[in-house]
Amino acid sequence: MIMSGATIQASAPARETVRGGRSSLTRSRIRAAWIFIAPTLIVLALIAGWPLARTIWFSFTDANLNSLNDYEFIGLENYIANYDGEWLGLLTDTDWWRSVWNTVWFTAISVSIEAVLGTIVALILNASFPGRGIMRAVILIPWAIPTVVSAKMWNWMLHDQFGVINDMLLRLGLIAAPITWTANPDTALWTVVMVDVWKTTPFMALLILAALQMLPGDIYEAAKVDGVHPVRVFFRVTLPLIKPALIVAVIFRALDALRVFDLIYVLTANSRDTMSMSVFARQQLVDFQEVGLGSAASTLIFLIIALLIVITMAAGRVRLGGETR
Amino acid sequence: MKALTRIGFWLLVVAIGLFSIFPFYYAVISSFRSGSDLFKVAYRPERLDFSNYIAVFERQPFGTNIFNSVVVAGSVVALSLGLGITAAYAFGRIRFRGRSLLLMTILTVSMFPQVAVLSGMFELIRSFGLYNTLPGLILANLMLTLPFTIWVLTTFMRELPKEIEEAAFVDGATPWIVVRRVFLPLMMPAAVTTGLLAFIVSWNEFLFALTFTLTNEQRTVPPAIALMSGSTAYELPWGTIMAASVIVTVPIIALVLIFQRKIVAGLTAGAVKG
Repeated sequence: MIMSGATIQASAPARETVRGGRSSLTRSRIRAAWIFIAPTLIVLALIAGWPLARTIWFSFTDANLNSLNDYEFIGLENYIANYDGEWLGLLTDTDWWRSVWNTVWFTAISVSIEAVLGTIVALILNASFPGRGIMRAVILIPWAIPTVVSAKMWNWMLHDQFGVINDMLLRLGLIAAPITWTANPDTALWTVVMVDVWKTTPFMALLILAALQMLPGDIYEAAKVDGVHPVRVFFRVTLPLIKPALIVAVIFRALDALRVFDLIYVLTANSRDTMSMSVFARQQLVDFQEVGLGSAASTLIFLIIALLIVITMAAGRVRLGGETR
Repeated sequence: MKALTRIGFWLLVVAIGLFSIFPFYYAVISSFRSGSDLFKVAYRPERLDFSNYIAVFERQPFGTNIFNSVVVAGSVVALSLGLGITAAYAFGRIRFRGRSLLLMTILTVSMFPQVAVLSGMFELIRSFGLYNTLPGLILANLMLTLPFTIWVLTTFMRELPKEIEEAAFVDGATPWIVVRRVFLPLMMPAAVTTGLLAFIVSWNEFLFALTFTLTNEQRTVPPAIALMSGSTAYELPWGTIMAASVIVTVPIIALVLIFQRKIVAGLTAGAVKG
């Protein structure tokens, strides 16, 4: 910034002479900007805007996957309807609310664990020790493995009869009998959380590490000289300083976790105990062919996530725009 | 006390390393074991039995699945970068009214839950006659990669010094020439980073690939692996699944290890997509 300021001053006289043509240059550049953006906007309107609008529209119809062109407008009946005094529709569907609860529970627990573990991993990677570069590469491995593949790997490791996890725990004497991790309602959602933690902690750790590396070193020198305990230094100095980055990371992860699909679908299929909102919506839409009801679920998911985005942005905690640069 | 802290520190390092690597390591050993061997837990590799690797290509069109994934991910990367660089130039270098609003709108698209567009996208793809084809998947995946490509490239674009294009404009170059001759070479590192991220996103994409394809020949790798079934409904071919998993994961891990720094730079600059 300072550099460019200096050069602009130096070239100021040269600039005066071209000022006459400047406004037309600016105008032609603005025109060029719109031409450059147009293809992207058209593509995005076609593949994001239009499908979203159609999904919302379908949620007010009785469309069926087999005959998508043949449907009727039925108002809010997919959401809530009263037939002979009996309330029906998505908002009265216990399976739907179960999936909402599962998703919220999954998001809250897994993102909290990831934030804590991610901070620990980031602190370790921020210390200097031989092999740090290798470690930094190693923790990226879980992140890079396709979600479907990692779900399958864990499915195999968690196999109730032949799985290595049960074998390890049995050998260590921690459990008396093999556990059916993904089928047992008590452990299924925890299992999903564990695999998600394994897969996404690296992402969290890297974002926090980036924040840690921008901290000024002299604060720590001062704390060291004063003999402050490292744990105290972390809670009094480090944590407040990395808090903005941590909040951004948590929000991105939470938005991602709320739309979880792959992991749960592959790990536990369409089980009610772990079904997330996305899995529920797809089941209605594709397996049951109920495009109307499925779209209503999709629309609610969209509204929930949109609402959360608006709330976080209004709270002003995140500076999403780079405009202040 | 000091020694204890050191030991504790190293234990943590080892634990994190093991926790990160073990599932992949275990998949590799499992993939080299077959028959009844597979159903005895082993912690060390014993022999190299390639029968699972042969079976995965013989029992189903896994070669075609890999080819499909490469075509889809490659096209998605090319299209995202092509559209993304031109758009990022406009967003990053030119001031015009509505710029930040548009940029914010594009960012919100990247936060869309995929399932929110599922039925609309299904209708769109079917009306174009692209159901169960690769172009259909390419189109759908663009929704996932284009927003963050633009976002990250715009961030990089803004950081380039201002004089770069001024000189070219004074010389009478058109914006298009400036983008192609001046910015494209400068943007190469950033393009590699975002291209890699887009490739990984598209390579791993599951929901669209599962919903918009019908036959095994048109599937990309993730649904092919997820839907792999054995001779009976109850017996899953774990050996073959692990072999397939290893095959598709090794190139990605190689990419990540080689481009580690670039990927981290892209993730932290964009911080948009996990």
